[in-house]
Amino acid sequence: MSAQDSLDPKLRVRGATKIYSTASGDLLAIDRCSLDVHAGEIVAIVGPSGCGKTTLLWSMSGLHGLTAGDVLLDGRAITGPNPEIGMVFQDANLLPWRNLEANINFPFEIKGTKPDRLWIDELVHKVGLEGFGGRFPRELSGGMQQRAALVRALSFKPSVLLMDEPFGALDAFTREEMNRLVEEIWLETRTTIVLITHSIEEAIFMSDRVIVMSARPGRVANEYRVPFPRPRSLEIMATKEVFDLMNAIKLEIVGDQKSRFGHAASPVAQPAQ
Amino acid sequence: MSESDAIPEFKKSSGADREVGLTNMSALTSGPGIRSMREVLAIVLVAVVVIGGTELLLNLFQVPQYVLPKPSEIGAALVTDFGFILPHLGHTLVELFLGFGIGAVTGLVLAAVITQFPFVEKIITPYILLLVTTPMLALVPLLILRFGFGYEPRIIAVALASGPMVMINAATGFRRVDRGKIALARSYGASTLQIFWKVRAPMALPMIFVGLMVGSIFGLLTAVGAEMVGGGFGLGNRLTSYSSMIQMPQFFAVVLILSILGILIYVLFFLLGKRFASWEA
Repeated sequence: MSAQDSLDPKLRVRGATKIYSTASGDLLAIDRCSLDVHAGEIVAIVGPSGCGKTTLLWSMSGLHGLTAGDVLLDGRAITGPNPEIGMVFQDANLLPWRNLEANINFPFEIKGTKPDRLWIDELVHKVGLEGFGGRFPRELSGGMQQRAALVRALSFKPSVLLMDEPFGALDAFTREEMNRLVEEIWLETRTTIVLITHSIEEAIFMSDRVIVMSARPGRVANEYRVPFPRPRSLEIMATKEVFDLMNAIKLEIVGDQKSRFGHAASPVAQPAQ
Repeated sequence: MSESDAIPEFKKSSGADREVGLTNMSALTSGPGIRSMREVLAIVLVAVVVIGGTELLLNLFQVPQYVLPKPSEIGAALVTDFGFILPHLGHTLVELFLGFGIGAVTGLVLAAVITQFPFVEKIITPYILLLVTTPMLALVPLLILRFGFGYEPRIIAVALASGPMVMINAATGFRRVDRGKIALARSYGASTLQIFWKVRAPMALPMIFVGLMVGSIFGLLTAVGAEMVGGGFGLGNRLTSYSSMIQMPQFFAVVLILSILGILIYVLFFLLGKRFASWEA
């Protein structure tokens, strides 16, 4: 398997286009997006808000279809939810009427399979949630909830993990802690990860490549390699190289946004003077 | 009178929950939750003061029994006539259980099905509202003409009064679509049925309990009302019969039983809601 990995991408998106029909007409959310994600790679997708990042990720997961183009997992087209793919949603998305244990067992209940107790216990241990199985989501902090969501997503050993702004709602410290945790898990499992984020720092810390999307309609605007060694220490993250990369990406996104507002003839911006 | 400490509670439970909305759940979970011994003691104390005070005042002003019986007389009537009233309580409970059972099941099924089809829901909702707001008691004379003086008109009236109430609240619950949670289930390959049982139904549960609580109280009101309209049995029938014979202690004894019944129903659904739907608080 590993010999082929470098040749064939684990996940391939070809010309993905999605048009939503809304009450006010058709909306082109993403336009001919193409990207490859190789096995064991972490790819981050950043872009201005509303650029269709989530649409792209949901298409990859098979949660909704595309108007044109396709998504291939190991060369096979994805037409619906796939057991090989785990999702981590925004704000943890735990079911509030279930305790942590029942939340983690949820995927197995749906699939009608037995949970892999040993693996789950290991994951729970790794994220530091031992002894919290009987607690309900509302009794836990945002960080703990998201850690439980991470366990849930990894519990059935997916080969691809899709993360949709997973830590956006967390405070900066918890967020960094979560980033470290995901890196740690990744170093052991080498799960292919696609991460959507609007934190450029998070994107650089986590990923091997950062893909920048343009404002709506979302297109793949640019791609940056992140060559820094892992685990990425605070020292590495404080180097000039990281700083320069961060600024380059920021400039690209902000520059993109400026041009977008320039077009809008700014009647919206005026009252703010 | 001795019921004065019970009746407001009874009214509160049916009144406050009548509006459809999420806020109702707070009435269920944080409503009259008794938290400490001190509160229990205070509540008992209020009852003692009110009952004792009433007794004292009625004695003092020598109020005739047909105007207002003394609490002691009501208590005595409750004890001596209990054996006679008990079968009537049984009749009322039969009507309530059957009527509410039919109404609640129908309401729940309708709510679950209709919310799956937004267009159908839009068309049907005004009619359901009409059923909710129309006092079903108004139909009882008609139902008696058709079905006679037995259980049937009462059970039908109870079902018609409680069913729409259950339905409209449950529908509010089922309409609470959380796209994220449904997407979560779908990402594991959940079927429509699995999504319903494992996501939509649990999410609707708090509102379902609100509906059941309000519906059952409305059912009780309608059962008693229907009994007062016609037929020779049931607690409502006792009320009309005792008042026509000016047997006021017995009359108030029945009112007391009805108050207790209402509170028991309220407490039952309060506890059920606390047990199964407390996650929302």
